[in-house]
Amino acid sequence: MMLAILNIDWQTLTDATALGAIYALMAVGIGLVFGVLRLVNFAYGQLVMAGAFALALASQWGWPIWAAIVLCFAVVLVLSVLMDRLVFRPLRTQSPAIMLVATFAVAYLLESVALLWFGPLGKIASSFGTLNQPVTISGVDIRKITIVAIVVAAACLIALTLLLERTTVGLYMRASSMDFDTARLLGVRANRVIATAVLISGALAAVVAIMLTVQTPLVTPDFALRDTIIVLAGVVLGGMNRPVPATLGGFAIGFASGILGGALPTNQSQYLPTFLFTAVIVVLLVRPGGLFARSNAVERV
Amino acid sequence: MTLRVENLSVRYGAVAAVRDLSFTVEPGEIVGLIGANGAGKSSTLHAIMGAAPIAGGDVSVAGASLRGRNPEDVARSGIALVPEGRRIFAELSVEENLKLGFAARRARGGAAEVLRSVYDLFPIVEEFRRRQAGVLSGGQQQQLAIARALVAEPDVLLLDEPSLGLAPAIVDVVFAALTAIRDRGLAVLLVEQRAQRTVALADRSHVLANGELRLTLSPKDANDTETLVAAYFS
Repeated sequence: MMLAILNIDWQTLTDATALGAIYALMAVGIGLVFGVLRLVNFAYGQLVMAGAFALALASQWGWPIWAAIVLCFAVVLVLSVLMDRLVFRPLRTQSPAIMLVATFAVAYLLESVALLWFGPLGKIASSFGTLNQPVTISGVDIRKITIVAIVVAAACLIALTLLLERTTVGLYMRASSMDFDTARLLGVRANRVIATAVLISGALAAVVAIMLTVQTPLVTPDFALRDTIIVLAGVVLGGMNRPVPATLGGFAIGFASGILGGALPTNQSQYLPTFLFTAVIVVLLVRPGGLFARSNAVERV
Repeated sequence: MTLRVENLSVRYGAVAAVRDLSFTVEPGEIVGLIGANGAGKSSTLHAIMGAAPIAGGDVSVAGASLRGRNPEDVARSGIALVPEGRRIFAELSVEENLKLGFAARRARGGAAEVLRSVYDLFPIVEEFRRRQAGVLSGGQQQQLAIARALVAEPDVLLLDEPSLGLAPAIVDVVFAALTAIRDRGLAVLLVEQRAQRTVALADRSHVLANGELRLTLSPKDANDTETLVAAYFS
């Protein structure tokens, strides 16, 4: 077993980096909404699933790639806004437990709707099939999607950082995630900040849907469910309260997942979650605040 | 613009925090609200800001009722609060904290002039504008909190125990700033525990006990310790 783990080649390493990049985007999407609503959105994976089905339908209808991407974004963004208006906003003043259970309900609802409309066998999203072809870089075969995923994730993270650090709405979002009540007393519009966070989170889900369908073209109603659970573990692992550690946590668990997936013999790959979650438990036992939490964090006043 | 509180009642479940309270604050005056812990001072401020439910009565500014509005709308209608405990965003820079104050500003343009006038009032805020707000001392943070409220260019300024935990010399700075703010024509409502200093500073001070207005004092009562003590323990 240990020998197998040591048997890591360049391809596994780049694939793991790509998976880490995609999971980092999911972690950011979950973390943004958590920041302003103190809500872990368990239905995040179903947003990705809805986007993936949009891509599958687009490829079934023979739509060009750009139209498929537009449809994917449209479906995910509309669903995100509906989720905010119909569920988050009416329940915002309720306890976190109620909101958490509500997101479970939304998750199951969306999955059931997908099951009703598309059946348990799912659909194939093949628009981006060419991205699975390898390019050879100094003797190493690397799938194009690996490069695309890393570049796109990096671009998204840079754009988001600029938005948060350089714009007024970004300042409002940061302040709201630190102390929402005080931000509101200063005139920051709660609904607008939350809507912005939900929209950005949705846009990231659409990006993730595109990346994941390249890796796994078969879209089923439980698409991205396992990924979401792993990312949530990663976010907790990194440190839920702060965006950068949460993102790093998402990347770390994606990377670890990719390395383990490549290192484990095929007939033992079903043990991957076992290794992954054992590692998470061990890390949290040693560092309950999160892997990347600062030990001398500034106390919030 | 005049802040008018009429027959205000605030309840938290079965507990009445404020009962039938009425007073006004005119532009260019400081009104003090003093009383022991739990007298209903902070609840009054929270009710004005829309952060606590109004059970009865009304709060209005320039004749327009604020009842039922949420905090961001109250802030955007020209009322700024300097909250208890300052509530500075410790992880943001001093400048970013000030920029948050602009969220409630109604006018557009002229931001540099507004900042200039606030910096003139609190030079320490300008000096430390690039620092992380969390590293400032309590007194500096208090000045930042007031500066942050002022950049919104409010008509009414509410302060919730701005002298809490500050050294006497810093309290002097804060109270001197309040006089300057009054002279700029703002209506200032000052909630304080330091009764004597508040009574001396404010144009009039209302003593609250058990959520009710018990007594109104003028600056000449500031040295009348007997009246003050009697009012507190009435």
